[in-house]
Amino acid sequence: MRGNIYIYILVMAGVTYLIRMLPLVLSRREIKNVHVRSFLYYVPYACLAAMTFPAILSAPGSLLAGAVGFAAALVAAYFEKSLLTVAVVACCAVFIAERVIAFLP
Amino acid sequence: MKAESFKKGLRDGIPIGLGYFAVSFAFGMMAVQGGLTIWQAGLISLTNLTSAGQFAGLEIIFAQGTYWEMALTQLVINLRYCLMSFSLSQKLRRDVPWAHRYLVAFGVTDEIFGVSASQPGKVHPFYNYGVMCLAIPGWTIGTVIGAFSGSVLPDFIMSALSVAIYGMFLAVIVPPAKKNRSVLAVVIAAMAVSCLFAWVPVLQQVSSGFVIIIITLLVAGIAAFIAPVEEA
Repeated sequence: MRGNIYIYILVMAGVTYLIRMLPLVLSRREIKNVHVRSFLYYVPYACLAAMTFPAILSAPGSLLAGAVGFAAALVAAYFEKSLLTVAVVACCAVFIAERVIAFLP
Repeated sequence: MKAESFKKGLRDGIPIGLGYFAVSFAFGMMAVQGGLTIWQAGLISLTNLTSAGQFAGLEIIFAQGTYWEMALTQLVINLRYCLMSFSLSQKLRRDVPWAHRYLVAFGVTDEIFGVSASQPGKVHPFYNYGVMCLAIPGWTIGTVIGAFSGSVLPDFIMSALSVAIYGMFLAVIVPPAKKNRSVLAVVIAAMAVSCLFAWVPVLQQVSSGFVIIIITLLVAGIAAFIAPVEEA
């Protein structure tokens, strides 16, 4: 990893910048195609959902704690709490779950 | 006009900078846990300024993925910025030098796009610069402090904090999923397919970056075909 970490960063930053820059500099028209627009609309939801689950289950020390954190975050997010609040709720739930699990036989 | 727009941008940038600070804190922690240095973590945030893309990028770095995999993953995950830039392109004033667009482009994020799109009428590039002046330091400094904390905090704290980023992702996807059945279907389908890749023996071989690309293209593609959104 040591040798090429900066190349990884260069690739990440380069691709991300090009995606943002090219339409701003080149385009003078709006995308009209409804399927293309819909696809771009759904992209963040599909990608964030895929990254979140099941990864959240194995992020803490135990699967059970991960599941508790997931459930707590779902409830907080359902009630439309801010990003920061949902994150804090999830962290606290995992923290409490791990303390409880430590006492189980 | 410039100074006025810039000040307005600074004002709208305060909540964004604070929010970024909190999210990037988790990114910095994860980065050093996986073996990156504090400086490398900070450099990623300073040059990328994006949440989902950076987290996915970290996974690829940790898994020693190829550069192609990295490029493709960033392309797919950050494709939404393409739409935002198209839209912002209509919104920017045309009487300012075109060169400003190269700078404005660097700051196209969900939140910065959100505030600039909500401005009445045309937007002056200096408005975006104002927001960026708080958003970029918030994102970068949060990462550096998170990375530093990650190397000094005890394990049980780190374990609890490890779910922070997922909590934030859920805070982004759950409220729209509540109101829109198509978005709900997309979220559930993406999570289900993601489980297949995590637990089915043959599919487990696919590297994490490609898993995200495949799921995003597949699920968002099918959804766009079955349930096109008129006002997307």
